[in-house]
Amino acid sequence: MMRTTEAIYKYLRPDKKFPHVWCPGCGIGIVMGALVRAIENTELTKDEIVLVSGIGCSGRISTYLDFNTLHTTHGRALTFATGIKLANPELTVITVMGDGDATAIGGNHLIHACRRNIDINSIIINNNIYGMTGGQYSPTTPMERKASTAKYGSIEKPFDICKLVESCGATFVARGTSFHAKMLDAIMLRALNHKGFSVVEAMSQCPVQYGRRNKLGTPMDMMQWFKDNSVSSPVFDKIPPDEVDEQFPVGVLVNKEDREYIDRYRDIVKKAGGEVH
Amino acid sequence: MNKRNEVLLQGNEACAMGALAAGMRFFAGYPITPSTEIAEFLAAELPKLNGTFIQMEDEISSMGAIIGASLAGTKSMTATSGPGFSLMQENIGFASMAEVPCVVVNVMRGGPSTGMPTRPSQGDVMQSRWGTHGDHPAIVLCPKSVLECYTLTVRAFNLAEKYRTPVIVLMDGIVGHMWENIEIPHTHEVIDRAKPTVPPEWYHPYEKLPAGNITPLAPFGQGYRYHVTGMVHDRSGFPTLDHGEVELCLKSITNKIKNNLHDIINIEEYLLKDADICVVAYGSVARSARSAVNIARKEGIKAGMLRPITLWPFPRFHLEGIANRVKTFVVPEMNLGQVYGEVLKSGPKKAVRVTRIDGELITPDQIVSKIQEVSS
Ligand SMILES: Cc1ncc(C[n+]2csc(CCOP(=O)(O)OP(=O)(O)O)c2C)c(N)n1
Ligand code: SF4
Ligand SMILES: [Mg+2]
Repeated sequence: MMRTTEAIYKYLRPDKKFPHVWCPGCGIGIVMGALVRAIENTELTKDEIVLVSGIGCSGRISTYLDFNTLHTTHGRALTFATGIKLANPELTVITVMGDGDATAIGGNHLIHACRRNIDINSIIINNNIYGMTGGQYSPTTPMERKASTAKYGSIEKPFDICKLVESCGATFVARGTSFHAKMLDAIMLRALNHKGFSVVEAMSQCPVQYGRRNKLGTPMDMMQWFKDNSVSSPVFDKIPPDEVDEQFPVGVLVNKEDREYIDRYRDIVKKAGGEVH
Repeated sequence: MNKRNEVLLQGNEACAMGALAAGMRFFAGYPITPSTEIAEFLAAELPKLNGTFIQMEDEISSMGAIIGASLAGTKSMTATSGPGFSLMQENIGFASMAEVPCVVVNVMRGGPSTGMPTRPSQGDVMQSRWGTHGDHPAIVLCPKSVLECYTLTVRAFNLAEKYRTPVIVLMDGIVGHMWENIEIPHTHEVIDRAKPTVPPEWYHPYEKLPAGNITPLAPFGQGYRYHVTGMVHDRSGFPTLDHGEVELCLKSITNKIKNNLHDIINIEEYLLKDADICVVAYGSVARSARSAVNIARKEGIKAGMLRPITLWPFPRFHLEGIANRVKTFVVPEMNLGQVYGEVLKSGPKKAVRVTRIDGELITPDQIVSKIQEVSS
């Protein structure tokens, strides 16, 4: 593995972009580190990578990394990414979104990107809250948890992001956490190498807007919770459903082959009599 | 086809053909009357040119996709009508702020809300100028004929590339659905995206150049790695709250348009030299207005017409010049007076409006009666 300092110099934008906006103890930086390490293990050059992000604490990742970067509007990262990928399929397109970004305001785009199976790598940083706007409940906030707009506890059933995207047709789906940094590196590398729409749900602690309000302790306590409740997916599948309490599966959950969208679009070009490049 | 190489085309089709002639190779859209024919035509034609057609899940995503495609270096467009145009507004603002060229066609229909899908209207004049939040530039072109659907769409792409900004082609349902024989222009200027001349280390995508020159936008993936955001940014594209940089960013996106009005604004003047009455009309209504002027002239009334072809920026200076000469402005439009309000700003001695919002066109007779009324 490459030395950390080297990676920092190679991939981070040193001048003017730091200090970053994230709070002490936030998990987003760990996810960003995993993404950088995964990229370093591919053959990709920085010029070939387009990093598209939405709006939120998670969306700020695009500011700090030295790729072609695009910080879009809230929820719309995948729409911009779709245009980029279709216009230049040679580019590797990665989107980074928050849980609210991807599954609330951007939920429609997420399900359709899955359905198309377009070759975009999505990372959804799930901190179970709207971090940037001050801790309002999101579609992944667990029932009864408190948020600045759920003063008496949330009454909405949360999404299971991985199940959602699997059912919509994503061909690579994986979940990792900020505790399992090395697993996250490995998952992201596999996602990058996958042809088709991939989703990596990276569970990440937001101690400031979520943890504190729900008395979840220090950032370390929140990461410990990830450790204690995560179960590798084959093992998880063997637990009888009525015995599942707060546990959740981690690792690669879906990995299948299906024709990718741009591949299929080439058929249209052929049928129309165009020249496929 | 006859000898003069004329073809019978619908306005929407001519618009789509103009886009292809301008080099557009990426279209994303969502079906909506009365603009759908544009998407249908391009769904057939773009693949033949190895271009991309995609029907997105809504108009928000369509707008996002065309901005993405443009950043990847491809001329891109979407087309919609009222409700879809409303959904696009946030991302139109993004394109203005991030200075990404693209073209948005809005074939206006009766509004507000679902309104009258199959009836024409000019109700989106103000939305095309101020639909997205914040102070931002707008270039809006307004065709009156099938030929202009073609030529103005070409021009929209040229202006978008030249000024690195979204350009709106504002058609009304009549123009979009009208069929006319047109001779497709064989030669027209096509402005392609300028390439950066500096090496990547020196490149700042939002550098403010002297003499109103605009920094070329490097396509993603060609060695110029930079940041694009809808946040107020410095010359290298990164968010800033430095007062000076904020002001420079926000003023420059507006000033690049304001400082080039002579290039951007296009008008048609008809019999205005000796006119006492000036009809100000645009889009399909300008056709009725022209007939009305002819009828009035036959009756000995000195009427003329000014037609803003560029609707925004509004040809204020032209109007101010005319306001000194004519006694009265007559402003017919298929809304309750959106351009009329702009005419009032030019300081006219007198201005009256002819409005219609019942989904029918404004007839020459209607305009003639108003001309007679004000001239008596
Ligand atoms: C159209 C729109 N609506 C609302 C907002 C305000 N907003 C900014 S970030 C955000 C939520 C962020 O939550 P999430 O996507 O989970 O990202 P996080 O900050 O938690 O990483 C909201 C509601 C916005 N920027 N744009
Ligand atoms: S608010 Fe939460 S998610 Fe946002 S930076 Fe702070 S800790 Fe991280
Ligand atoms: Mg969140």
